[in-house]
Amino acid sequence: MPAINQQSEPVIEIRELITYYGERKILDGINLAVESGEIMVVMGGSGSGKSTLLRHLLSLNRPAAGNIRLFGKAVNKLSSRALHQMRQRIGVSFQGGALFNSLNVEENVAFPLREHTRLDDNTIRIMARMKLEVVNLAGFEKLMPSQLSGGMIKRAALARAIVMDPKLLFFDEPSAGLDPVVSADLDELILRLRDAMGVTIVVVTHELESAFRIADRITVLDKGKILITGTTQEVKESDNPRVQNLLNRRTEDIPVNADEYLQRLTDDLAGL
Amino acid sequence: MTRPAHFIAHTGRVSLAAIEEMGYQFTLFAESLYWLIAGPFVSQPVRLSAVADEMMKIGVLAVPVVVLLSFSNGVMMAIQGIATLQEFDAESQVVPGIAYSVTREFGVLIAAIVVAGRSGSAIAARIGSMQMSQEIDALRVMGIEPVRHLVAPILLAMLLMMPVLTLLADSAALIGGGLYTGIVLKLSLSTFIDRCFDTLAVYDLMQGLVKSLVFGILIALIACSNGFSVTGGSEGLGRATTRSVVLSIAAIVVADMIFTYFLNR
Repeated sequence: MPAINQQSEPVIEIRELITYYGERKILDGINLAVESGEIMVVMGGSGSGKSTLLRHLLSLNRPAAGNIRLFGKAVNKLSSRALHQMRQRIGVSFQGGALFNSLNVEENVAFPLREHTRLDDNTIRIMARMKLEVVNLAGFEKLMPSQLSGGMIKRAALARAIVMDPKLLFFDEPSAGLDPVVSADLDELILRLRDAMGVTIVVVTHELESAFRIADRITVLDKGKILITGTTQEVKESDNPRVQNLLNRRTEDIPVNADEYLQRLTDDLAGL
Repeated sequence: MTRPAHFIAHTGRVSLAAIEEMGYQFTLFAESLYWLIAGPFVSQPVRLSAVADEMMKIGVLAVPVVVLLSFSNGVMMAIQGIATLQEFDAESQVVPGIAYSVTREFGVLIAAIVVAGRSGSAIAARIGSMQMSQEIDALRVMGIEPVRHLVAPILLAMLLMMPVLTLLADSAALIGGGLYTGIVLKLSLSTFIDRCFDTLAVYDLMQGLVKSLVFGILIALIACSNGFSVTGGSEGLGRATTRSVVLSIAAIVVADMIFTYFLNR
C-alpha cells in the first residue's frame, strides 16, 4: 500500500449526505472521507445509490441535506466561477466514455486544454498525444469515437480526463462492458496513473474482482447507506451478512409481508 | 378520483409543466445573453468558430430551400392576386398587394418555417443525443458551461442569419411574383421592382426583420430546451425532435399573429 498522508486534510469529505429522487430516499446519511493519494472504490449493487453518490461528488446534483467538501471547500457554497476552477482540477471518466461524437480522438483529448488554457495549437496537440501515449492509444488520433472499440473508448476518455493533470480522478464503472483482459488492462492503467501522478482516485463499480485489485480502501453501499468502509482485508473479513452476500454473490431473502403483498397487487384497481 | 376531478388535475399538471418549460427557456435565453456579453470578461468567451459553424448550418445551408419556397410563394400570390383583382378590373393593383404581404408576412414566415423544420429538429437531436451519452455532463464536469458552449452560439447564429434569410426570401418572392406578373400583364420585371419600391416603406421591411429576430429566438430556445430535457432513450429522442419542430412552428405562427396585431394598429 502506498504512503497515504494522514496528516493532511482529506481530498473528499462527505457529511450526512441525504438525497431524494422524487419521494424516494436514495442516499441516507452518507459519511465518507477520501485521503490524498488513495484509491477508494465505492461498491454496491444496482440501485444501491452509488451512481447518485458519484453525481453528487461531481456537483451534477444538489443534495437535500448534508454537505460535500472537495479539497477542503464546501462545494455547495462555491460561486459558479470558483466551481468552474475547481472542476479543472478534477477528471472524470464516464461509464460510456462520453466522448464528443463530433470530434476525433485527439480533438476530444485536447478539448479541455483548448477551453481552459491559452497554449498554442502545437503545444496542445503534443500534450494531447502525450496523454494518448500514456493510455496506449498512440496512432489512433484521427479516429472518430464511433470507430473505436469499447476498451479504446474508455482509454480515450481516460486520456481526456487526465489531460489537465487533475488532482482528483473519478471513474464510473471502468470495467462495465469490457472483456476480462481489457478490464484488467484498464485496472493496471489506473494503478500506474496513481503511482505516476500521485492523484487521488475514486472508482464507482459493481465489479468485485476489479474492485479488490485496485482498491486501497473500499466502501460498500447498500440501499443508500454505507455498510462498511475499510481496507480490502477489513471488507473481506467483515461479519456483516449483507456485505458477505454481496461479496459471495448470494441473493438476499426479502421477508414477505402478506398484507403489503395484497395491497401491492390490488393497488389502483377500480372497484376495490 | 372522479372523472371531473381527474380532468382538472390533469389540466393543472399540464399547465404547470408548460409554465415550467417556458421558465426554463427564459433562463436559457438569459444565460446565453449573459455569456455572449460577459463571457469574454470572465475568460469564458463564446467561440466565434462555433458561431460561424452554426451560421453555416442554420443559415447558409437553408438558402436553396428558402429561395425555392419563397419564389414559388411569390408566383402563387401573383396568380391568386391577378385572378381575384380581375373581378374588379384592378389587376394592376397586384403589385402593392404582393409587395406588402411578402415583406410584412410571407417572406419571414417561410424563412422561419424552413429554419424550424431543418434546424429545430437538428438542434434538438444533437443536444438530445449529447444528453443521452453524458456528453453534457462531461462538459459540466470539465468546467465548461453547456449553455455557453452549445446554446449561446446557436442563439447568436439565429439572430444573425434569420434577418438575412428573410431578406433573401423577400427578394425571391418579389422576383417570382414579378416574373409571373410580367408574363401575364406584360409588365417588365424592372417596372415591377420599381413599383414595389415605390409602394414599400422601410417600415414594411422592418416589420419582417423584427419578426425574424423574434422567430429566431423562439426556434433556438424551443429546440435547445427540448434537446436538454431528453429522457427515456431513443424513443425520447425522437419525441423531443418532433416536439421541437411542432412547437417551434406553432410558436412562430402564434407570435406572428400577436406581433402583426400590435405592429399594425
